[in-house]
Amino acid sequence: MVPKNKIAILVFHPLLHKSRVNSLLVNAVKELPGVNPRIMYDLYPDFAIDVKEEQEVLLNHDIIIWQHPLYWYSSPSLLKEWTDLVLEHGFAYGREGRALEGKKVMSVISAGGRRNNYGSVEGVKFSIRQLLAPFEQTVSLCRMDYLPPFVTHGTHLMNREQIEKTAETYASVIQGLLEDSFREEELLQKEYINDIIL
Amino acid sequence: MQEQVFFQNALVYLIAAVISVPVAKRLGFGSVLGYLLAGMIIGPFVLGYIGSEGEDVMHFAEFGVVMMLFLIGLELKPNLLWGMRRSIFGLGGLQLLLSALVIGSVAVFLGQSIGAGLAIGLTLGLSSTAIVLQTLEEKGLMKQASGKASFSVLILQDIAVVPILAMIPLLAGSALSQGQDPREIQYLWGLEISGWVQVALMLTVISFIIVAGLYLVKYVFRIIARTGLREIFTAAALLLVIATAALMELVGLSPALGAFLAGVVLANNEYRHELEADIEPFKGLLLGLFFISVGASINFSLLASSPGTILSLLAALIGIKFLILFILGRFFGIRGGQNTMFAFSLAQGGEFAFVLVAFTAENGVITSGVSAILFLVVALSMAVTPLLLLLNDKWIMPRVCRTENTGEEDSIGEEDSIDEEETPLIIAGFGRFGVVLGRFLIANGLRATILDDNPENIDVLRRFGFKVYYGDASRSDLLASAGAYKAKVLIVTVENREKSLKIIDLARRNYPHLKILARAVSQEHTYDLLDRQVDGFKRDVFESSLHLGMQALTHLGYNNYRAYRLAQTFRKHNRKVLYELHKHHREDENKYLTETKRHALELEELFRAEKKDQAYSRDSSWDISSRREEARKLQTPPTEE
Repeated sequence: MVPKNKIAILVFHPLLHKSRVNSLLVNAVKELPGVNPRIMYDLYPDFAIDVKEEQEVLLNHDIIIWQHPLYWYSSPSLLKEWTDLVLEHGFAYGREGRALEGKKVMSVISAGGRRNNYGSVEGVKFSIRQLLAPFEQTVSLCRMDYLPPFVTHGTHLMNREQIEKTAETYASVIQGLLEDSFREEELLQKEYINDIIL
Repeated sequence: MQEQVFFQNALVYLIAAVISVPVAKRLGFGSVLGYLLAGMIIGPFVLGYIGSEGEDVMHFAEFGVVMMLFLIGLELKPNLLWGMRRSIFGLGGLQLLLSALVIGSVAVFLGQSIGAGLAIGLTLGLSSTAIVLQTLEEKGLMKQASGKASFSVLILQDIAVVPILAMIPLLAGSALSQGQDPREIQYLWGLEISGWVQVALMLTVISFIIVAGLYLVKYVFRIIARTGLREIFTAAALLLVIATAALMELVGLSPALGAFLAGVVLANNEYRHELEADIEPFKGLLLGLFFISVGASINFSLLASSPGTILSLLAALIGIKFLILFILGRFFGIRGGQNTMFAFSLAQGGEFAFVLVAFTAENGVITSGVSAILFLVVALSMAVTPLLLLLNDKWIMPRVCRTENTGEEDSIGEEDSIDEEETPLIIAGFGRFGVVLGRFLIANGLRATILDDNPENIDVLRRFGFKVYYGDASRSDLLASAGAYKAKVLIVTVENREKSLKIIDLARRNYPHLKILARAVSQEHTYDLLDRQVDGFKRDVFESSLHLGMQALTHLGYNNYRAYRLAQTFRKHNRKVLYELHKHHREDENKYLTETKRHALELEELFRAEKKDQAYSRDSSWDISSRREEARKLQTPPTEE
């Protein structure tokens, strides 16, 4: 079966070999037809990002995924470098910059804290969606749609079984995106994309 | 006995030069005046150490002028020369014409025939290439407006010598009012030839020089360079200049002009800097000898017998030439102090005058009495020039500059076309190491002067458009002619440790402004570089071995980024260790360890230090296992223990 959408998953994790959640998520979807996983710290260990090639990748896919652990309420530094270099004026944004128009972007986040710990008075002051505002705004400036993020909470205390279950959910989300089987209005109302399955 | 005379003469000349030139320089007079004074002192009229052979010495030493013009030619590319055509033919031509007319009129007024007047005018209209260029170069004025204008005028005068020489015998006719014309028929190897054949010969010789310079010379020099014998290279360089001069003389052209032409043709040649470095000392010595012989030839007894006449003639010569030059300089847009400098520097009679005066007398155009006076006046005017320029420097320039400040700036701000070649970067050594470096820099639009003493490299590299010059950068003259005084960065990539250090020491001593970067070829060499506190160094194999190490890790299953970080950490730590070991090493040197023993010790030290490094090689900030541990403890209530 030929998927409707092509998905590029850009994985930003400096210690993927030590990660428990992120590596499993990658493994759960990397064989699906239409999915193109890219392990960014392996591709650019010296941060010398190949801008032309990265832009080609963006052009050749319908949905872009930024997958990374939440470091200091944001991403590991290579993703910042990537956005700084790849989303060029005149290509991704600006009057002439319409190359990415209409594509979709989704963040895949893993966080140590529980969901109810974010956006609470005693815990982290901001919700995950609030913290992801810079990413959402970046996507919007590039005339793309920002999908609700896939978030894995409480990673510190997850056991293997729980992680595998999360990976299954993630695989079905990706499958849905590949086949374009979600209803757009319903999808955009959700806080997390996880919620559409659960 | 002949030999004894030679040694004595050499002794006298050398002692005179070695004593008087440094003294003159110290007093701020410049070397030219020093030589001239030395000549006067040892000459027949003061100490009398040298006598009549002084004139022969002068003829021999005139060859210094030929060499000087060859060297100047090397600095001037054909297109630059073409760009100067207006000032050469306009300014230079008018100068000679007007000077000849006015001086000639004065001579006629003083009782010479019209023919003699013309000959004298043309002869005295010429200036001294040797004195002017040597002085301007010493003062660093060659690239300013006055220097460039002077140079143009001198070039025209050199060209003009040929027609003047041809004309003088014709003037003899009017002077002696006889139909005799001794030089109409030329002889070549005993054969009579007509004027047309001679013109054809001149053109053939000139085109031969151009073609040989463009296509032939580099192959010959490449073969010679491959022998690796320095003195043969020097001999070949001398041969080149002398052969050119001889050829030119054979067909009746100015040898100096021929040498200049050869220089221009070779200005793009890869051996240019080496040629420059080889000829330079000969030129300097010969010119010095020439100045000494001019000084020695000043006839003080003639001066003493009629000082009034001689001195007023001297004043008239300099005054007329100065005025004409000054007015023309104005007309050609030279302003303020630059113009007085220009006018003073060319206001004397030249070395060609000695030849022409003798030639004119030989042809019976003037009497021997007149020729002796002319000879003296010219020699005196040459001796006075450095003094006049000194006067200009100390008295006139400051005044003029104060009143004409803006004009001064204009003329100095002109483009300095002569050093178009110079680049901010010199790379010494263009082997496997230098070539990558050079490619990187050149790919990014930086121009570099590259020195390499392997002719094979040069051949290939020049074919790919690199500016590579043959030569050993550890020679100070070569470094100088590569433009070290103007460059900003010197990169030493030669493989030989001693040579590398020699270049660095030389550059540090002579060009303290240069930033020095070096390739380190061994641990020892690295320490040497640390001792010298070079501005940067890289051990030649370090980075590539480290990179292969990284690749090995990834093939063993490490992530690229992890391997990369490990290498980064190692590099940084190794650098720190290096500095520590350097200190130890210098202390250990007193302990008389053998070289091999020290190597072993150092290697051990290095390994020990790097093993300690393992503790740092974990990127703990990204590793959240400690946080996971903490979270687990927090979740478990203490009571359940």
